[in-house]
Amino acid sequence: MSTISRAEVCAAAIADAFRDDGEIFASPMGMLPMLGVRLAKLTSNPDLVISDSESLFLAGVPPLFAKGDVVEGWIPFPKVFDVVAHGKRHVMMGATQVDRHGNQNISAIGDFSQPTRQLLGVRGAPGNTVNNRTSYWVPKHSPRVFVEQVDIVSGVGPRNAKAAGAGASKYNDIHRVVTNLAVLDVKGAGDTVRLLSVHPGVTVDEVREATGFALEVDADVPETRSPTTEELTLIREVIDPRTLRDREVKPVSPEATS
Amino acid sequence: MTIDEVVAQLRDGMTIGIGGWGPRRKPMALVRAILRSDLTDLTIVSYGGADVGLLVRAGKVRKLVYAFVSLDTVPLEPNFQRARQGKEVAEVVELDEGMFQTGLRAAAQRLPFLPMRAGLGSDVLVNNPDIRTVTSPYADADGVHEDLVAVPALHLDVALVHLNRADKHGNATYLGPDPYFDDLFCMAADRAYVSVEQVIDTAGLTVDTPVQRLLLSRMMVSGVVETPNGAHFTTCTPDYERDEKFQKAYVAAASGSDEEWTAFEQRFLAGDEDAYQAAVQAFAQEEEK
Repeated sequence: MSTISRAEVCAAAIADAFRDDGEIFASPMGMLPMLGVRLAKLTSNPDLVISDSESLFLAGVPPLFAKGDVVEGWIPFPKVFDVVAHGKRHVMMGATQVDRHGNQNISAIGDFSQPTRQLLGVRGAPGNTVNNRTSYWVPKHSPRVFVEQVDIVSGVGPRNAKAAGAGASKYNDIHRVVTNLAVLDVKGAGDTVRLLSVHPGVTVDEVREATGFALEVDADVPETRSPTTEELTLIREVIDPRTLRDREVKPVSPEATS
Repeated sequence: MTIDEVVAQLRDGMTIGIGGWGPRRKPMALVRAILRSDLTDLTIVSYGGADVGLLVRAGKVRKLVYAFVSLDTVPLEPNFQRARQGKEVAEVVELDEGMFQTGLRAAAQRLPFLPMRAGLGSDVLVNNPDIRTVTSPYADADGVHEDLVAVPALHLDVALVHLNRADKHGNATYLGPDPYFDDLFCMAADRAYVSVEQVIDTAGLTVDTPVQRLLLSRMMVSGVVETPNGAHFTTCTPDYERDEKFQKAYVAAASGSDEEWTAFEQRFLAGDEDAYQAAVQAFAQEEEK
């Protein structure tokens, strides 16, 4: 096996986020999350239910963006919202901003009444985060993404959920934040973002510098595990033979990792 | 009906729901007809794509109700961004996607609201202070009376949707992967107008098509209009997919200078629907060269 790329480490970390989910609908938003979910389905959690990102549940695990596989169900948008409310779902969304309390923003930057940069809108983030397990994928970990306070709370972190009462908090479950540098969760003191592991070649200080708020860091931060030989084969030969993953997370040069 | 007869039913200040989803199966021929009209001060309710972009750019919209506005392959809609950043829409209501559906459902069921969790703890409730919570009259397993969002009904004066086939009475089928929320839009509205690729005999609707694809009943529909390629440049699977090249040209013009946008408008939007379709054909031929 050639050198393991950063994208491959991220894919395995994303797969691990879905490892213990059981038989639920895994909804990855974006390419690396899709890769990670399919890796999980082929390894640690074959029970995962996956879709073609359009309206079909797929019984098999096709390569990224490939069509034609055995269909095992129908999941048009109206049914997606049924599953969200039902709860048997784990979504991994993107995030333009994530704050110290694990709130996420994909709506707009600046003041809501006249944003400096309008983004997508809140989409399904408010509903996802108070109904089903939610994780985030951040391909470029930086202080612009990890901010003290998000401009517009789209995805709801645990502190906000608790403040809104049991109706919001009982199913609020922000599970993982996977970035190109590290794996985090929101189980730090006072429901804050906490560093769980740093990817091989990344230091804790680098993650701190790339984070725009005081990150909870334990004395001993482990290294994110590297993908196994089996996982690397699945990533490279089965799920992503075109190496699309490197477009989202650029391979890190050896000098940069020293 | 004709496209112009549908638009003649609309009035300034109306609340108009537009079916489809983002850049998928949008009643674009009807949207283009609104662009050509003198209509103004509209409230537009939409899972938004270029329908929203075009209408806000044309200054038709006083109030916009949406959960997102996106073109999928181009995530951010440039005309919508421009309008928001320039504060060109007087009032905006940005909802969670599920809240939007629940609001339509409440209207469809003639209820003032329906409860749900979505919105709690998020800035949707901060930016829409009129949206209230309601306390459950029932205790949960822990004896707690949960506070839930009372999603207000999204009542529509008119719904505009685009499907694949209909008979002249308004029974209509979708042949693509997803019904989206077109039935709810129609039931949330006082009047619904459906444009279709093809008007066929009633018997033809289920000849080669499972009856479950009959999404709309004529009792939900006030008028039918045949608009071939009427969802262009959004998807209308399986009749056609999104015209990505045209969408790219739209995005480039919308993101460019005022002159570039005016040139796009002059080329594609200055005439009637026939002129639009002819200009689109000419564009496709140029792209192939």
